[in-house]
Amino acid sequence: MDSVLSSPQGVADALRSVDYLADDRIAQVAFLAHTLGKPILVEGPAGVGKTELAKSLAKVTGRRLIRLQCYEGLDESRALYEWNYKKQLLRIQADQDHDWTEIEGDIFSEDFLLARPLLEAIRSTEPVVLLIDEIDRVEMETEALLLEVLSDFQVSIPELGTVSATTRPMVLLTSNNTRELSEALKRRCLFLHIAYPSPEREAEILRARVPGLADHLAQEIARVARSIRQMDLKKAPSVSETIDWAMTLLALGIDHIDREVIGDTMHVLLKYQNDIERAMKELSD
Amino acid sequence: MLGLLSAFVEELRQVGVPVSMVESIDAMNAVQHIDLADRTSLKETLRATLVKNARHEGAFDTAFEVFFAARRPHLETTDPAEPESAGRSDEAGRQGSGGGMDLDELIEALYEAMRNQDFSALRSAAQQAVDDLAGIEPGRPVGGTYYLYRTLRQLDIDALTDRLIEAMLQQEGELDELTRRLVTEEAGLRIERLREEIKEEIRRRLVEDRGHEAVARTLRQPLVEEVDLMHATRTDLRNLEQVIEPLTRKLAARLAQRRRLASRGRLDFRKTMRSSLATGGVPIDPKFRHVRPHRPELFLLCDISGSMATFARFTLQFTYAMGTQFSKQRAFVFVDAVDEVTDHLKPGIDFKDALVRITTEADVVWLDGHSDYGHALEQFSVKYGREITPRSTVIIAGDARNNYRDARERYLAEIAENCQALYWLNPEPKAYWDSGDSVMSRYARFCDEVFEVRNLRQLETFVERVATQPRRATRRRRYSSTTRESLPMTR
Repeated sequence: MDSVLSSPQGVADALRSVDYLADDRIAQVAFLAHTLGKPILVEGPAGVGKTELAKSLAKVTGRRLIRLQCYEGLDESRALYEWNYKKQLLRIQADQDHDWTEIEGDIFSEDFLLARPLLEAIRSTEPVVLLIDEIDRVEMETEALLLEVLSDFQVSIPELGTVSATTRPMVLLTSNNTRELSEALKRRCLFLHIAYPSPEREAEILRARVPGLADHLAQEIARVARSIRQMDLKKAPSVSETIDWAMTLLALGIDHIDREVIGDTMHVLLKYQNDIERAMKELSD
Repeated sequence: MLGLLSAFVEELRQVGVPVSMVESIDAMNAVQHIDLADRTSLKETLRATLVKNARHEGAFDTAFEVFFAARRPHLETTDPAEPESAGRSDEAGRQGSGGGMDLDELIEALYEAMRNQDFSALRSAAQQAVDDLAGIEPGRPVGGTYYLYRTLRQLDIDALTDRLIEAMLQQEGELDELTRRLVTEEAGLRIERLREEIKEEIRRRLVEDRGHEAVARTLRQPLVEEVDLMHATRTDLRNLEQVIEPLTRKLAARLAQRRRLASRGRLDFRKTMRSSLATGGVPIDPKFRHVRPHRPELFLLCDISGSMATFARFTLQFTYAMGTQFSKQRAFVFVDAVDEVTDHLKPGIDFKDALVRITTEADVVWLDGHSDYGHALEQFSVKYGREITPRSTVIIAGDARNNYRDARERYLAEIAENCQALYWLNPEPKAYWDSGDSVMSRYARFCDEVFEVRNLRQLETFVERVATQPRRATRRRRYSSTTRESLPMTR
């Protein structure tokens, strides 16, 4: 199934078949990531389809998606692996007459290892897609944990030795850019910045994601969204919010957007009262 | 290719994009896997491997245009060596590509291309426009801005925009204000596209004339964090506005994190003993007290006289965006008199509106509207001096150019005596301090530190420093030797 990744055009076509509309840049980087075997660091405003890209890539390659959701305070035992110490205790108690060295060798074996997402992705016999979501949420120090996995695709476990990947996972990291990531991490990745799509592409996305949406309405929605994004707002509407908006309009049976319609449904698109007021003011000027 | 790539990497480094050794090797590896004739593919490949920060993409784009501009498919018509073959007659039939058009025809061609969104026609018409109108003089070491201006002026771009809007409105049918707005924006984008095409074409000519390295050198621009705040152009300001928000967000996150890490205080003996009961009296898990973080109270004094306005604005905006880091913030503005503007800057307000209100409503002119630091400090000290406590941090932002008036340092000394810390931000290069009517060093001896803050990066460093300053347990020593040494005392 990886054959779809053998050319940028192939990537774009395959992604399109699962309703993810990739532009040149996305297709090119996905192709490179596969060819060079490097992770992709995906950055961009919230809701432009960063996580979706990983899911879609998993879908088109038929690979399993392993996801590591990052949060503050994430540590080794949640990201890499942990010894199942309850099971280890039971094992020790179960045969107390045995020689200790024997038991020791036994309880530090793979049977007693709880694999967390990173190790799981490395150990998998089938190629997988590994998604490390919102990497900017973990502390700088925890980031370092990932370096070995990202550059050498291996995990070192002191008691067991080094576990290397038998198949190379496709790795995507997403970041909402709330902090600067370390140079070491960036160096190991290909960088992909996803911006808001052009109105043409957004209309296409809307048509693909909202069945039953009329062509002209999709275009109007995309144009209004672009217009609103140019305003100086606290939080500009994301693609997922325009999709929600399109669904709302469809459910309300609206066929043409005017100011009144926008006024009534603006809260789907914008989430701050200040933003709504400002957008309404600018649109009515 | 290898040579060109390394020259390109070198150029990126020159403009301030950090490209490591590994990254340039990656780029060279990557280009072996792609179709080099495909320019988009090459561009995205280099971008993904060399640029790791979205803020640097603008610099990358410019450098790429210069380095990889030379060979483009639409060049046939300008190449005299090409025989008059079938290719030529094909071309002539196409809109706007043949030579020998006069100005009106050219404008017409551009207009049609934009109206129909025919971008290849637009491109060839733009090339024609550069041929006819830019008047490029070979060998001149320029960046091409003037050529762009000359071309656009002769095309009468404003009239063209109006015509385009009119035509697009007619296509729309029913017209409400919303449609009108959307159409105007759309037309603006198409005009922008034309401008880009012309710019690119001019750059291409320049590169042909002088080689890419020379052109790249004239095009170099500082990254947005390093733009001089006092001399920022309108475009710079727009870019600055865009980065200031994410920058403050990042800084706030970094500070919050550092606080949390530092919040572990002394050993809490009682808690440790209590929890040791669970482990049979062995204190396996020591417990610590939490330290309540120190959040300074901020007094911000900004000079908003003409030359300082931009700087004051960013200082205000930056510190206010950092609001959560301080327990209280008060803002004052002055020219030759002081007025408090804290109420204009309440959380949740729109910063742009607030700035307009500050400049129109604040009562900052006493005599003639030229900066008078002495009078402003006196007034501040008299009116608000009592409210400054040992918890307050006072920040003064201005160039200390006093128009040869009385400096009245004693009021600054008074403020310094009462507050926790006093900082001065000066947007002028250090070398200019104390020249002319600048009285920086006379004020500097009362400040804990004077910072040169000429760009966003320096401002960021400063705010980070203030937000994390340790609380002083004892009264500080005034006029310490370090303060005095940090500035040459010239008067």
